[in-house]
Amino acid sequence: MTPELKGYLLVATLKTVAGFGVLFLMIAFVTWMERRVAAWIQNRIGPNRVGPFGLFQPLADGLKNFVKEELLPGQADRLLFILAPAFAFIPSLLLFAVIPWASPLPVAFDRSFWPFGRFVFDGSVTMIVADLPIGFLFVLAMSSLSVYGIVFAGWSSGNKYSLLGGLRSSAQMVSYEIAMGMSLIAVLLVAGNVRLTALVTAQQESAWFIFPLTVSFVLFAIAALAENNRLPFDLPEAEGELVGGYHTEYSSMRFAIFFLAEYGAMITMSALMATFFFGGWDIPFTSWDQGEPSVLKTLLTLGAFMAKTFFFIFAYIWIRWTLPRFRFDQLMSLGWKVLLPVSIVYIMLIATAVWAFTSLGMTFGRPYVFALFGVNVVLLAALMWGLDRNRVVWGQRLRREGRA
Amino acid sequence: MAIRVTVVKRPEREISYLRATLKGMAITFRHLLQKKFTMQYPEQTSEPGWTLAPRWRGTHRMLTDEQGRAKCVACGLCPQICPANCIKLIPGEDEHGHRYPLIYEIDEFRCVFCGYCQEVCPEEAIHVGVHYENSEYERERFVYDLERLCAQTHPVSTLWDPSDPKGE
Repeated sequence: MTPELKGYLLVATLKTVAGFGVLFLMIAFVTWMERRVAAWIQNRIGPNRVGPFGLFQPLADGLKNFVKEELLPGQADRLLFILAPAFAFIPSLLLFAVIPWASPLPVAFDRSFWPFGRFVFDGSVTMIVADLPIGFLFVLAMSSLSVYGIVFAGWSSGNKYSLLGGLRSSAQMVSYEIAMGMSLIAVLLVAGNVRLTALVTAQQESAWFIFPLTVSFVLFAIAALAENNRLPFDLPEAEGELVGGYHTEYSSMRFAIFFLAEYGAMITMSALMATFFFGGWDIPFTSWDQGEPSVLKTLLTLGAFMAKTFFFIFAYIWIRWTLPRFRFDQLMSLGWKVLLPVSIVYIMLIATAVWAFTSLGMTFGRPYVFALFGVNVVLLAALMWGLDRNRVVWGQRLRREGRA
Repeated sequence: MAIRVTVVKRPEREISYLRATLKGMAITFRHLLQKKFTMQYPEQTSEPGWTLAPRWRGTHRMLTDEQGRAKCVACGLCPQICPANCIKLIPGEDEHGHRYPLIYEIDEFRCVFCGYCQEVCPEEAIHVGVHYENSEYERERFVYDLERLCAQTHPVSTLWDPSDPKGE
């Protein structure tokens, strides 16, 4: 191996380890944050005993889970029962691999490490584990894979409540997966690329995609809640009716891995929302962060990315402690009768608008994006009016009362 | 058997889920910033305006007379009425014919804290207490004997009075 190849491999390894290490730390932090925010919303204090502000609570929880007994129900399908947590956990981790989390970091070294020999690297490292050219398709593929973990868990537990939870989750995830994919097609239409780093660049050149694609963001946010089984769409676990749903029979670390999977998926979904619609690691109102890479720029853009991600995580938690759970038929009708048609119509309208702007001779840039924003304001107002008049969500027509 | 489906009539007009959702989010956010009501228990055991209810039923206490003897006359009513069967009473009698408990033990683990023993006691001897700190290092320590019951000093419960249901 040449020193350059070794240097490249070393950097790639360190980057991967750092990326997933940060993700694990974030998962731990988010479990703490969920409990604290939940407590604050209920006028309580929340975990504050272990470490400063209770920040080490996740470590204590993890330790507790490690020493607890692993129960394997007698009627369980052994193999699937043991594999299911991994099936749930791995896709949510893999998703994080394609998300760029900061501006490139300049790295240069030429050193020897015994007994591996000389390592040489000189250049800027993109702060992304895998800059896949199909990043976007990878996101859709992996986010739908996580349903297998839940379905396997429900099936293999040999328990009717778990099975119901698994069934619900498969129905729910399949329906919302479609709406989610459809809402992202609009992003493709505007950006013209599926690589996530290219999406970030496109947003830096014009404006954050929340402006030209507001409706798309609304659809994506709702579908993301459903994808992650978060309230108000947490029917697969539904403590009240299914006593925990798919993870009823799980205990100890296997149960904890389902939890990690849920929070990991929540973090990646928040990061994806930040990347698709809020400029990824872009710092607003300045183009300074796009210039020559430097360590300071990497740190600040990482901070911007984290701030955006944590805002969405907070929103997830906030929504969880505000809204009650949907009934299953409401969930299904929202997915199939509202989100899907709205997203299809939206794709057609955006495609038409893109075509019209291009034929008018506009090229991709600020004016183009803000012209699309104008279209979106109108569409969003129409959508909200529809939702607000209780006509779309319930499928009821005001015509019946002779009002429309 | 046919399945009966009840169709609930829900409000259809003048209802906005969107506005209700936003309102709910505003309410929860306001609660996020409000004062917290948690009492930091082991460090802080009380705060102004905070008391246990006078009807609180906690671990037992046996009242004593002026000479420091238990008021109990070993009539046997409390083990009789106890639904959890947690009171052990062996009566004795002195040379004047006064009955007293030779052994009086309450297993606080079996006790369901219903307060019937206090209600049934003709001598107002056994009481449930307004008290909640009961930790011990051994299970055996939760069988309170007569000496221990007499040594308790916490206030006793007033129980619920049907003629004064709100305790006024």
